[in-house]
Amino acid sequence: MSSDVTPNAPRPKSTGLHSGPIQPGVAKVDPIIVADGIKRTFGGLTAVDVDHLEVPRHAITALIGPNGAGKTTLFNLLTGFDKPDAGTWSFDGQSLSGKPAYRVARMGQVRTFQLTKALGLLTVLENMKLGAKEQTGEKFWLSLFPGFWRRQEAAIEEKARELLVKFKLDAKEADFAASLSGGQRKLLEMARALMTDPTLVMLDEPMAGVNPALTQSLLDKILDLKDEGMTVLFVEHDMAMVRHIADWVVVMAEGRIVAEGPPADVMQNPAVIDAYLGAHQELDLGVVTGRHTADEVE
Amino acid sequence: MDWGQILSNTASSLIGPATIAYALAAIGLSVHFGYAGLINMGIAGFMAIGAYGYAISALTFGLPWWAGFLVGIGASIVFALILGIPTLRLRGDYLAIVTIAAAEVLRLLFLTGEFDDVTGSADGLSGYHASFRAANPIPDGTYGFGPWTYNANGWWVRILGIAIVAIVALIVWSLMRSPWGRVLKGIREDEDAVRALGKNVFAYKLQALMLGGVFGALGGIVYALPSAVNPGVYVTSLTFFVYTALLLGGAATIFGPILGSVIFWVLQTFLSNVLPALATSGILPVTSTQASTLRFVLVGVILMLIVIFSPQGILGNKKELTFVK
Amino acid sequence: MALAKHSTFRRSAGLVSLLLTALVALLTFLSASPASADEANMDEPFRVSGNVQNKGEPLEDVLITVTGPGGYEVEVETDAEGKWRVGVPEEEEYEVTLDESTLPDGVAVVEGSNVRTVEVGPAGRVSTNFFIGVGERNVTSFFDQFVERLATGLNFGLMLALASIGASLVFGTTRLSNFAHAEMVTFGAVMAYFLSVAIALPIYLAIPLAVLLSGVFGLAMDAGLWRPLRRKGLGTVQLMIVSIGLSLALRYIFQFFIGGGTVQLPGSNSPQIPLFGAVSLSVIDIVSMAISIVVIAAFAFWLLRTRIGKATRAISDNPSLAAASGIDVDRVVRIVWIIAAGLAGLAGVLYAYYRPGIKWDMGAQILLLVFAAITLGGLGTAFGALVGSLIVGTLVEISSLWIPADLKYVGALVLLILILLFRPQGILGRRERIG
Ligand SMILES: Nc1ncnc2c1ncn2[C@@H]1O[C@H](COP(=O)(O)OP(=O)(O)OP(=O)(O)O)[C@@H](O)[C@H]1O
Ligand SMILES: [Mg+2]
Repeated sequence: MSSDVTPNAPRPKSTGLHSGPIQPGVAKVDPIIVADGIKRTFGGLTAVDVDHLEVPRHAITALIGPNGAGKTTLFNLLTGFDKPDAGTWSFDGQSLSGKPAYRVARMGQVRTFQLTKALGLLTVLENMKLGAKEQTGEKFWLSLFPGFWRRQEAAIEEKARELLVKFKLDAKEADFAASLSGGQRKLLEMARALMTDPTLVMLDEPMAGVNPALTQSLLDKILDLKDEGMTVLFVEHDMAMVRHIADWVVVMAEGRIVAEGPPADVMQNPAVIDAYLGAHQELDLGVVTGRHTADEVE
Repeated sequence: MDWGQILSNTASSLIGPATIAYALAAIGLSVHFGYAGLINMGIAGFMAIGAYGYAISALTFGLPWWAGFLVGIGASIVFALILGIPTLRLRGDYLAIVTIAAAEVLRLLFLTGEFDDVTGSADGLSGYHASFRAANPIPDGTYGFGPWTYNANGWWVRILGIAIVAIVALIVWSLMRSPWGRVLKGIREDEDAVRALGKNVFAYKLQALMLGGVFGALGGIVYALPSAVNPGVYVTSLTFFVYTALLLGGAATIFGPILGSVIFWVLQTFLSNVLPALATSGILPVTSTQASTLRFVLVGVILMLIVIFSPQGILGNKKELTFVK
Repeated sequence: MALAKHSTFRRSAGLVSLLLTALVALLTFLSASPASADEANMDEPFRVSGNVQNKGEPLEDVLITVTGPGGYEVEVETDAEGKWRVGVPEEEEYEVTLDESTLPDGVAVVEGSNVRTVEVGPAGRVSTNFFIGVGERNVTSFFDQFVERLATGLNFGLMLALASIGASLVFGTTRLSNFAHAEMVTFGAVMAYFLSVAIALPIYLAIPLAVLLSGVFGLAMDAGLWRPLRRKGLGTVQLMIVSIGLSLALRYIFQFFIGGGTVQLPGSNSPQIPLFGAVSLSVIDIVSMAISIVVIAAFAFWLLRTRIGKATRAISDNPSLAAASGIDVDRVVRIVWIIAAGLAGLAGVLYAYYRPGIKWDMGAQILLLVFAAITLGGLGTAFGALVGSLIVGTLVEISSLWIPADLKYVGALVLLILILLFRPQGILGRRERIG
């Protein structure tokens, strides 16, 4: 399995993303997201408690942490799907606090969900077309007259087909999304998110449930996004993959950011090993996160 | 038993004003429930608004018939806003309970003696036909053949009603094949997914609620056109009957609501004629009042059977099941 | 989904309160111009009519209220000749009340009281005349009225609680918003009627038997319909619509058997027991309250102390966890259905005395109040439903001190809407997780 994720021709990582000594909450040279004092509690449980976080632009940042660390909750907060008890955050210099989810998405910060939300009752192509932004035909009165939107619709369809080819879903375009496999749905959700021409793509466990044979191509897709000028923030449990594609890693545990830094450094950080392993310090991270057996990793 | 009369009444109900009114209301519900996944249990309220809006405009304000239509439509939009703004973020069955309660509140307000001057309280409203009948382009007389023989006013109501049904169905068809309809169908299934793509889900749901509400109000107006506004009509059972018609035909289809309403009324008329006749002629061992109750029992049973065994309805696509979870 | 869109929520909540204020203003404006109908409900078959005169001079715009069996209530005002007329649905006794506050200053009803009982006989019509002169008015002090309403409201609330607790247990364990719960209420009343009138059992036997039959009915519905549907994996919305179909079917089956009118249980005209001032309660009210309290206490013991009760709460809390920890969910749900139906049946019997009378759609008349009570307390929690019912019951009765009696349910329904608006997850419910 680990051979799957060994790149044939590794692409260069972005470096020099931070300024000042590496520590949780370190300032970035060119941050796209800046968050301050974000706190979210559910009853007595503090799910997220982040003092300061900056996400570097034009880089791939991984958000890791044990189950229940608050990663998804932080995603929900940053994208306007949930409301924090306290805190402010901005995207591309504009404050996002209190902005509803759809506005966040319109500004170019688009997300996918840990539990995939492919729209099963629409066809694959319709799912894709739904992603496109600023459609004339989505306005109530104009939608009544195809003359206003037919041309734009054709352009959207073309773009959707191109993306579907890239994601190897073109053969399925006329099928209801409900007929796709779990991994294919993940792909579709990601491709659909790209239809919005985002600046920041936030992926919640994009690789979970995806067939190992597909992971390599999915990782390449994520690396392509960076090459196309987008910023990626993703949640992942598999350390090998994180090591492979991330330029920067942020580690959460019990709602807090306990460490961040370039992947190689973070893996050595005692705070991270602590957070993940507790008592089992002799084990490798890849083993604990359940992707590898001990003898596969050396 | 007079089979000729029974069959003639039944055939006549094919294009009866009640059938047309149900078809309009069911198309409205298809927009709410079938396409947008909004469980509006208050369609009777929208119909009441249409009917009372139309009648009150004529009786209290002396407006012409077309202005009455506009008032009914406008009032239903206002009602949709009042209802939708607070409730559209609620989960499915909560929305059902709020809408049913709102329709009930509305009915009680129309029924109370407090506003008797305007609403006629328990007596309802009547005698508002002058302007509508004056606008009738059909010369006086009786037209048609067989069971479909009506006077000029009868035809005027039916022709106008059928024309409205046709226009409304055309509007729904154009909307649902457009990107607007695509967003709506996306919302029906998972509104968070649609929201994550930058669509203002709330605005779409509100638009859908207003649109369907206007169709419901038009249904109420057509119901009121031939005779009178009776507050006993706009009860929660009316909502349930319209749901039955809608689900019978197919909730997320263009012609389903129309087909469903026609079947509903043809069956209702047939049974309401044939059951008492069977009872009086001694074939059914019950009184004729009891016999006519049986057809409503049947409505309930049919509603259960459709939802359990064929939720997509007669015209629906089995793959495109329309029930939100 | 309840989590999202909080900012628009604020904004729109503001907008809504604005609209509500406008609506209230409109209503007050409309009600400021008094309705003047000298006739009402004329499509009903029977007539009650009368005359109001002050020393031979007719009095106009005097408010007359006619109440009768089945919660029938209608208001009229006298015309320029002092006459009024209302249609009533049955050959029964009706109570005619003249509202003395609508008389000119300084005069009152001089012969007899301002409240009369009239009986519509075989002639189908009856009339009663009020004579007005200088005199003392029959006024009940506001405090007495309030206390009386409060007592009636508590009685109504306890009765509602019997119905709501069951519906909320069913919702908690199966996620079914059961519209047919209304018919389970009617079922109890109809069974009591059949046992006591048709089979002529004494009422103290008929009522427990009716409750028992209700429980059996609940068991039958679970075994014959709901459990198979759960197996089939129907969604909550589908289940809800099935329950609507069932509700319609049952309702008209009741009408088939007892007809469209109102029938009475034995002993519905029980004597009034004066308590203090002008406050009095009937024997039936008092017995009914006592029964409700005892039954609710027994139910609370069952829910809190017995193994099945605890299992019920565990399932409401987290069905899959409960199933995983070895609870036989199907069995518990079956028991919940029996108890819910039994409680609903008892509520139906008590409601039949409260209204008074049994009608084919009597359950449907209070279904929304039951929903309001459940929602108020937090969906799926039995004690929430109890508190919710008491609030709704007293609210309905007390609010009729200020708002017209025919609008008294409106308050509770508006409350229901407001709760869902400001706490969509109910008072004790939890929000759902996203992503
Ligand atoms: N809606 C909610 N209500 C109550 N608790 C919640 C809710 N959403 C999340 N939590 C709690 O908050 C904590 C963080 O959850 P979150 O889903 O953010 O974890 P995560 O880091 O994404 O975990 P995983 O890696 O397993 O996906 C958990 O303890 C979870 O139980
Ligand atoms: Mg997560």
